Amino acid sequence: MKIFKTILVALIFLALIWVDVPESIKTKYKIPSQINFNVFGLNVKKDFTTKLGLDLKGGSSLIFEADISKVKKEDLNDALNSARDVIERRINFFGVTEPQIQTVKTGDKYRLSVDLPGINNYEEAINLIGQTAQLTFRELPDDKIATTTPIFAQLTKETGLTGIHISKSTVEFDSQNGQPQVGLKFNKQGTELFAAITKRNIGKPVGIFLDNMPLTAPTVQGEIPDGSAVITGSFSTEDVKKLSIAINSGALPLPIKLVEQKSIGPTLGSTEVSKSVYAGAIGLIMVLLFMIFYYGRLGFIASLGLLIYGLISLFIFKAIPLVLTLPGVAGFILSIGMAVDSNILIFERIKEEQRKGKSFDIAVRLGFGRAIDAIKDANITTLTVAFILFNPLNWEFLPQFGMVRGFALTLAIGVGTSLFTGVVITKRLIEIFYKSKLNA
Amino acid sequence: MHKIMINFLKYRWIYFLISVIVIGAGLFSIFKWGFRYSIDFTGGTNIDYQFSKNVDTKLMNGIIKEMKIQVLTQKMEKDRLTMKTKVLDESTNSLLKNSLENNLKAKITVLKYETVGPTLGKEAIKKTLIASVLAIIGILIYMSFAFKGFNFAFSAVIAMIHDLLVVVGSYSLLSHFFGAEVDTMFVTAVLTTMSFSVHDTIVIFDKIREYHNEQGSLDPESAANRSLTETMVRSLNNSMTIVFMLLALTLMGGSTIRFFILTLLIGTVTGTYSSPFIATPVLVWLEKIRKQK
Repeated sequence: MKIFKTILVALIFLALIWVDVPESIKTKYKIPSQINFNVFGLNVKKDFTTKLGLDLKGGSSLIFEADISKVKKEDLNDALNSARDVIERRINFFGVTEPQIQTVKTGDKYRLSVDLPGINNYEEAINLIGQTAQLTFRELPDDKIATTTPIFAQLTKETGLTGIHISKSTVEFDSQNGQPQVGLKFNKQGTELFAAITKRNIGKPVGIFLDNMPLTAPTVQGEIPDGSAVITGSFSTEDVKKLSIAINSGALPLPIKLVEQKSIGPTLGSTEVSKSVYAGAIGLIMVLLFMIFYYGRLGFIASLGLLIYGLISLFIFKAIPLVLTLPGVAGFILSIGMAVDSNILIFERIKEEQRKGKSFDIAVRLGFGRAIDAIKDANITTLTVAFILFNPLNWEFLPQFGMVRGFALTLAIGVGTSLFTGVVITKRLIEIFYKSKLNA
Repeated sequence: MHKIMINFLKYRWIYFLISVIVIGAGLFSIFKWGFRYSIDFTGGTNIDYQFSKNVDTKLMNGIIKEMKIQVLTQKMEKDRLTMKTKVLDESTNSLLKNSLENNLKAKITVLKYETVGPTLGKEAIKKTLIASVLAIIGILIYMSFAFKGFNFAFSAVIAMIHDLLVVVGSYSLLSHFFGAEVDTMFVTAVLTTMSFSVHDTIVIFDKIREYHNEQGSLDPESAANRSLTETMVRSLNNSMTIVFMLLALTLMGGSTIRFFILTLLIGTVTGTYSSPFIATPVLVWLEKIRKQK
């Protein structure tokens, strides 16, 4: 039984190290930083890489303010969410892996905050995001050659009809088969253009593209002069609703204006980071030396406990994944301090019990028991503060900006982990070390 | 059983005096000089240009002036220009960059270009204040519950407010003499101090609570003195470890977080100081009043 336990602990330990090893370290054997397997048809995919925030990796943080003056109140949320989705699609198209886009309502202002870690060419990003959702209609080019390529790829010629010519898009249902479809209503100029396009393309397909993604390519049956069109296909009602919202944001663009822009070049970020990491390492070594110097064997055990604490915290950071920022690192450092505090509290209590003449074994047991109240109360208050700062329900009247939240999250994870390592792990370590001493 | 007991509370007026002096200096600075607010609060544009070679500063300033850019602060270090201006839109920024590049015959790498609207600051402060008040209420409720009495909670919060005043006041001094700016990092540091302060106080209060439960006959003052004597080593050791950490970061860490870490350092020191020397005397005072009733 005992051997299984040891093996299990060893396996967990190895797993922690496997995840925690920095990606930058090159080893002879490539360490995969990703889990990807199937369990009962369920695909488990987990990427364990360090996500660095804008301040550490460099990048752009953009806040757009939405002009809601032209949007009806009941359509407002749809429009904002659609704008968010459009921006996300664009950023994904742009090749950024971890964008964070949120709609932010502050007072009577509606904003969209866009965080792009790792983008240095922010002008390009702003242009991409800031432009209106582009709905385009395309037809077959005059000199079409290849016929084996998919129909969407053949539709390359712009007709000049775009989202700006659409006055409204609605969710409709086919009167014959009840299939959901997207109804488009063109404005005056759009109606004329559409009539001309349908007239010259009878029997041929016309493609509708949203942000260069093909939506549908129906074959034109006849000229449509009344300025309305439908997008059909095997859509669910949900799809149609989304599509309609997306087109609406293009057709009725909610104009967004850049109100805040931040960018840090990676040169600035990386020196800051490496300096601070270096300084943090020295600080940590000083703490460990101090503990060993002052508390001797117990201090050594606490140092081991701290190392395990570091491994577990880092594991959690990578597993969430948490986007690490400088205030986040500060929160982590503070939590290290609090983890050390838990140990000091316990050791002082043990010493106290020993002074009362208790044997070491009993002193350890009593010391832990007595220290636990203080540790519990102190950490719960810290967690309370972290919880309010993190604002998990995204309440409008509490901080919604990333820095404070990043700080609160690492602090909370750190304090939570330190409760575990400081109490459970340290206790186990003391038992193991002192038992082996007794046996020897 | 004999126990060593140092009469810490005998000198309570000295502790109060020290606090009054420190907080007084801070408050004086706040009312006299106020704070330097970072762009987070004032709104404006931060620009950091790296020139490919050393350039003529006079010529450069002439160009900036000619473009009617309102410069708030400006610093030129060899080939690197850092300046803060009134809100500068993107096109003006690229215009400025091009104009400087052409006239000074040097290439510019934009290390920083950020524009912030002034409204964000007010909201952030307001929201953070609300969060702080909520946090204080949370602490009051939890501590009243955990320590079975309002006096503990109240004293801890008094000490916390003391620490906040110390931190905010000394930041005003840092702001005036060393150019520290109030930014979101500062807000974070203040919030850290808030949680650390209570964290530290609770450890001492836990000890006092124990004496409360074990020896109900012990008068509040002796109980407090005994608790202080027994927790002093842990208080010092604990603060020492955090101070090691922060000192290393202050001295060697990156420059953008220096004032942040320094503020955390001040917060740690005052947080440690206030637990035995402010929170505990206040608690003893409150408990005495309660017993007299």
